[in-house]
Amino acid sequence: MTTLFSPALAARFDKLVTLYPIKRSALVPMLLYAQDEVGYLSDPVIAEIAERVGVTELEVRNVISYYSLLRTKPAGKYHVQVCTNISCMLRGGNEILDHCKKKLGIPNKGTTADGLFSLEEVECIGACSWAPAAQVNYDFHENLTPESIDKVLGEYRAKAEKGAAK
Amino acid sequence: MADVTLTVDGKKLSTPAGTLLIEACRSHGIEVPAFCYYPGLSLQAACRMCVVRIEKMPKLQTACTTTVAEGMIVATESPEIAQARKATIEMLLGNHPLDCPVCDAGGECELQDMTFKYGAHESKFVEIKQHRDEQQWSPVVFFDRPRCILCYRCVRVCGEGMDVWALGVQNRGAGSVIAPNRQDHLDCEECGMCIDICPVGALTSGAYRYKTRPWEMSHVGTVCTHCGDGCKTTLGVRRSNDGMDIVRGDNRDKSGINGDFLCIKGRYAFDFANREDRLTQPLVRKANGQLEPASWDQAMDFAGQRLREIRDSKGGSAIGVIGSNRTTNEEAYLLQKFARTVLATNNIDHHRTADYPAFAAALNGKVEASLRDFAGAKAILLLGNDPTEQHPGLAWQIRTSVRLQGARLYVANHRPIKLRRQATASVEIPEDGYPSLIAFLAGKPAAVAGDQNAAAFREALLKEESLLIVFGSEFRGRDIEALVQFGSTLPNVKFACLGDYANSRGAADMGLHPDLLPGYAPLSASGPFAAAWGAALPAQPGLDLPQMFDAAERGDLAALYVVGANPVARYHANPSILRNTFLVVQDMFLTETARLADVVFPAANLYEKAGTVTNTFGDLQLVKKAADRAGVRPDFELIVRLAAAMRADIKRLVSFGQRGVQADFGQARGAQSGEADRHGVWLSAQHQEPRLSPFEPFAILDEIQRLVPAYNVPRLDLLAGNDQHLRPALVQIANAASRRNLVTPSNDTLFTSGSLGSYSSTLRSVLEARQPVETAAD
Ligand code: SF4
Ligand code: SF4
Ligand code: SF4
Ligand code: FES
Ligand code: FES
Repeated sequence: MTTLFSPALAARFDKLVTLYPIKRSALVPMLLYAQDEVGYLSDPVIAEIAERVGVTELEVRNVISYYSLLRTKPAGKYHVQVCTNISCMLRGGNEILDHCKKKLGIPNKGTTADGLFSLEEVECIGACSWAPAAQVNYDFHENLTPESIDKVLGEYRAKAEKGAAK
Repeated sequence: MADVTLTVDGKKLSTPAGTLLIEACRSHGIEVPAFCYYPGLSLQAACRMCVVRIEKMPKLQTACTTTVAEGMIVATESPEIAQARKATIEMLLGNHPLDCPVCDAGGECELQDMTFKYGAHESKFVEIKQHRDEQQWSPVVFFDRPRCILCYRCVRVCGEGMDVWALGVQNRGAGSVIAPNRQDHLDCEECGMCIDICPVGALTSGAYRYKTRPWEMSHVGTVCTHCGDGCKTTLGVRRSNDGMDIVRGDNRDKSGINGDFLCIKGRYAFDFANREDRLTQPLVRKANGQLEPASWDQAMDFAGQRLREIRDSKGGSAIGVIGSNRTTNEEAYLLQKFARTVLATNNIDHHRTADYPAFAAALNGKVEASLRDFAGAKAILLLGNDPTEQHPGLAWQIRTSVRLQGARLYVANHRPIKLRRQATASVEIPEDGYPSLIAFLAGKPAAVAGDQNAAAFREALLKEESLLIVFGSEFRGRDIEALVQFGSTLPNVKFACLGDYANSRGAADMGLHPDLLPGYAPLSASGPFAAAWGAALPAQPGLDLPQMFDAAERGDLAALYVVGANPVARYHANPSILRNTFLVVQDMFLTETARLADVVFPAANLYEKAGTVTNTFGDLQLVKKAADRAGVRPDFELIVRLAAAMRADIKRLVSFGQRGVQADFGQARGAQSGEADRHGVWLSAQHQEPRLSPFEPFAILDEIQRLVPAYNVPRLDLLAGNDQHLRPALVQIANAASRRNLVTPSNDTLFTSGSLGSYSSTLRSVLEARQPVETAAD
């Protein structure tokens, strides 16, 4: 089949569906890997995955909409997820979120014009002991203050610029 | 399974082990409320309305997911339970718009009923309700999101029941929302099952929404006029300026052979009846060549006189008659009796959609399967046809048996039909490969023999201990004979033959054939009929339908009488063929055929008359008058009037008033739906004469039951609205397998229904809406 994915990922998917008693069990991992590679779950991605696991596109959409970590719109290069669940809230999670909004100039679920950052308010990310916490892509940043989150954002921006200069 | 005994509300119940508590209660008359539970669908346990107290269990339990156990002690009503249910309703009402005064479901809404019962009319919620506008998902399906109580019945019935899977649930928790499969619209079978099953007014139909209040309708249970499955449909009718309009069709009370199933045609394609362009007065072709309105007397006299002249001058052989696939048995019978005794001709035929005569001859007393048999079937062999499109009721029944009872389905077809998804085994064969498949199954040397798959198919099939064999119009004549022969070598086999329309079977059974009398009696055995009808019958076989057109073209057909058929369109006949034929047509609309007529009579449709029809499985059912339209008459009445206009003896045609007048005139018949039939039952019970009128179809049913042994089924059960399977009858047609093969399958889809379908705006709008989707796909 023609595929939207890199040869490595396509091969991984070919194998993935063979690992479970029923093919559809591969759905959630497949969505996650696809999102990591493509950036979001576009209509063609949904169509291909539906075919790979043998369910309807509607069913794939049902599952995507169930999990807040799966998205159908592009996110920024760095996806900033700020926790405001109870531990973080008690220790200033909301201020961190507000600060990010101001700093990046975008609302919750927004993306900056340059596509570098997107922002999302999330429920507990399992880092309560070091609240308030945020997650950028797969990296955790803990015990945040407005100053430290500024620094974190600055580092990502620098990293991007360095990448672009190369 | 062994029975267990339990106590519910102090009552001792005994019920098979494995029964769900809610079902055990219901079957003993104890009502447990439920939103998400629906018999026959997977368990959801989403609503918690069914909570009950079971002794020794810590919390309230959901009766819809608890199976009964020995010694269980259950309370279904208590202040604690009422409080729990009330809290559930309060939550559901939290964002419910309470637009009951305009909601379609108002008055028959399960949420309303429960609120009424548990009194959750006050709310602790102060949040502003979130409104969403109503969405149209297809010509048929509308969704009003705030009304949805998330019971997921619609999702399950579409997926599990219909095998369409067009509805899903998106998001989660209280934010969940029902979603259609094409993001903002539906691409589906448009059956309306989801709408029907919705306990509230969240899903509504284009046909019914905002048209009426439920209590403004009368309800009449009758039979769908479309395909050959004969689903029972309960029509909601309402008085209008010129009669009774049909506003709704459903079968919520599950009273028929179809349970609560109806396809789009049975549920919504009644709309042809309400069309503005229906014929409501007779038309006669004037000297200027135009068809113009005429009075009933003028039109009848004119038609009757001309037919009489032609019969007397040229003989009956110069007259042809074409009957219908959608008129009642009584009308079909009366039509052929009229043709044979009044017009003195055997030139009578109809659009044949299955080779029923060959089937009857091959069966010759062997057992035919009722549609009901498919509900309990262990194994089914489906040969040809595509029931999903052509017999949606049968397809539903097959899917249900496979899903709920593990029935095994064997499919042999030349196309990859959808029901293969339910099949235990299937073989794909060439279009002309059915005879050799049967030969192969019967163990004779045949072309498919080398095929591995076919060998496994055969092996599995032969192991079955009972089997329903159902076949499409791919089988005719000798092929049917061979199939029945093979089938009869297997244990406990029943057969079914699939024809296309509501009374295709009845048309064939009632003798709309040039060479066969009612009950497939050959002309050579016309004795009992001649005796009963008091007339000598023409002895020679008449012309069949194509031969009539040939005769017309040669100038040998002086008159043609067409009742409820559109042969000009069906057979793509050149209109000029009929230019020298005196043409009388009875129809609802000015069809391609009616346009050529010299006289046109405005006819009632199947929803506007009483009588019986026979589905393709040989299930005889009562048709009741539901709707009415000023100016139209049932075909039965039109035939009788025409006979009268020909100065025939009406008492011979319809035996009425034979015992004098002894009936109660208090309740005039016909005015109201169903009343006439109930009245008839009552009269018989009082030993009074129910047949006072020459327009009384049941007088003809009497005669049918006397002369066609298969139709001699218990009359009272039939009149009570229960389908009655025809009795196996011995049929001796010498040449059944080698008669001329005139079967023309109409190959209707879910969204077409012959000429009639083109007059349904619902069906048309679905077809139109689907076109762009289809072209975009290639
Ligand atoms: S109309 Fe029938 S096929 Fe369409 S969504 Fe509803 S249940 Fe499914
Ligand atoms: S639309 Fe109706 S049937 Fe479907 S989940 Fe909502 S309330 Fe239930
Ligand atoms: S399956 Fe046939 S009989 Fe039943 S509703 Fe549909 S068209 Fe009518
Ligand atoms: S509450 Fe924020 S990480 Fe758990
Ligand atoms: S009916 Fe039992 S939980 Fe809904």
